[in-house]
Amino acid sequence: MRPLVTALGLLAGWELLVWLARLPPYILPPPSRVAVVLMERRALLLEQAAWTGAEMMLGLALGLLLGAALAVLFAASAGWRRWALPLVIVSQAIPVIAVAPLLVLWLGYGMASKVAMAALVIFFPVVSSLYDGLRRTDPGWLELARTMDASPRAVLLQIRLPAALPAFASGARIAAAVAPIGAVIGEWVGASAGLGFLMTQSLARGQTPLAFAALFVLCLLGLALYVATDRLARRLVPWQPIQGD
Amino acid sequence: MVSSPALSVRSAHIVLDGHVVAENLSLEFPGGRTTCLLGRSGVGKTSLLRHLAGLLPGTAPAGPVAYMAQRDLLLPWLSVLDNVRLGHRLRGDAAARHAAGPRARALLAEVGLGHHLDALPQTLSGGMRQRAALARTLCEDRQIVLMDEPFGHLDAVTRFDLQDLAARLLRGRTVVMVTHDPLEALRLGHEIRILSGTPFVPGPVIAPSGAVPRDPADPELLALQARLIGELRTGG
Repeated sequence: MRPLVTALGLLAGWELLVWLARLPPYILPPPSRVAVVLMERRALLLEQAAWTGAEMMLGLALGLLLGAALAVLFAASAGWRRWALPLVIVSQAIPVIAVAPLLVLWLGYGMASKVAMAALVIFFPVVSSLYDGLRRTDPGWLELARTMDASPRAVLLQIRLPAALPAFASGARIAAAVAPIGAVIGEWVGASAGLGFLMTQSLARGQTPLAFAALFVLCLLGLALYVATDRLARRLVPWQPIQGD
Repeated sequence: MVSSPALSVRSAHIVLDGHVVAENLSLEFPGGRTTCLLGRSGVGKTSLLRHLAGLLPGTAPAGPVAYMAQRDLLLPWLSVLDNVRLGHRLRGDAAARHAAGPRARALLAEVGLGHHLDALPQTLSGGMRQRAALARTLCEDRQIVLMDEPFGHLDAVTRFDLQDLAARLLRGRTVVMVTHDPLEALRLGHEIRILSGTPFVPGPVIAPSGAVPRDPADPELLALQARLIGELRTGG
């Protein structure tokens, strides 16, 4: 309840500011105006939200999959660790935004370039969190497995991987929070649909209230993605109680 | 029952983090009996046990052993039953794993956890977790069992119950048990060795009379306990 009161207070302050300063709506529209646009253009907004939502989810799925696969490879093979791990770390020095135009050039204006962008943004937090988890297995468990004549493969799949799931869950939460950034940057650089595309279009035409409405829907979408991922992540590690709820 | 083999250490050097724990060490653990290793903290009891288990760098286990550490080391994502047959799961032999099911159930019933087969470890008390760890150790069905202060952090009554249980279930196996509790050594050990000094030297064999688990109220036991404590204080 309390956050809702805070939000309403902020909205009221915003409305008051626009009214007192007599700001024109193409600079800063009052929340009441944005609400009206939200209602009037809901069909358009919903359509674009479905597009961007699909980009985010596909990007998240792809990034989680690739990131997890690479983390397991690094944990399983010293060769991969030696030859490819430094490259993955160095690759983080490349600003992702700078790669966006290239992705659009290679993959086109459609969904593929945005999915690739989102996957690229979340890839690193996923690799680093899961790989970290795989390296921090309780040594007692590893010794127990040794006295039981377990093969390295069995130790990886049955002990190290499950033990690393809490770390992977944290990585997935971060990934869900940043996946929208990737999708929207991709749309800003070049797209033919989506909420980010709608924002740049309406801003260029002086339809600032519509841009704000698109931003609002984008926030809801990001929140929904985060909450859904958080739920799934908790289900992944039922043995780990979470404090502070 | 086939009698369990004796376990011996011959002129072993045990080095831990650059410190010599034992030098030219030779020790004999009789087959089918329980030997308790007593000593003060830091003397190297655990290192000796890890040497026997092949867990120290450059060592190999003396043969197939079952190892029970100080912590229960139950995997939090596996049920109690799956934790008990962990060894069979890890070795990936489907037939052996299948065969281990009834054995694991029987052992869990013996340690009083027959109604908690599907429970996750986090829902169990410390004593119950340690009993599950004991069942897991026995489910390995190895002739040699190495135990490192298995009941060290349990309350006195739970510890007594578990000692009785362990004495019954470990009968016939070659057991080396590290403990810092003289009474525990006297209740469970067919033989007791005190380790002292740096690098440590094992003391002579102390073999209390009577079958294990021994009655803690036995005056002979209590007199021996006083003697052991005295030796630990001067020898440490």
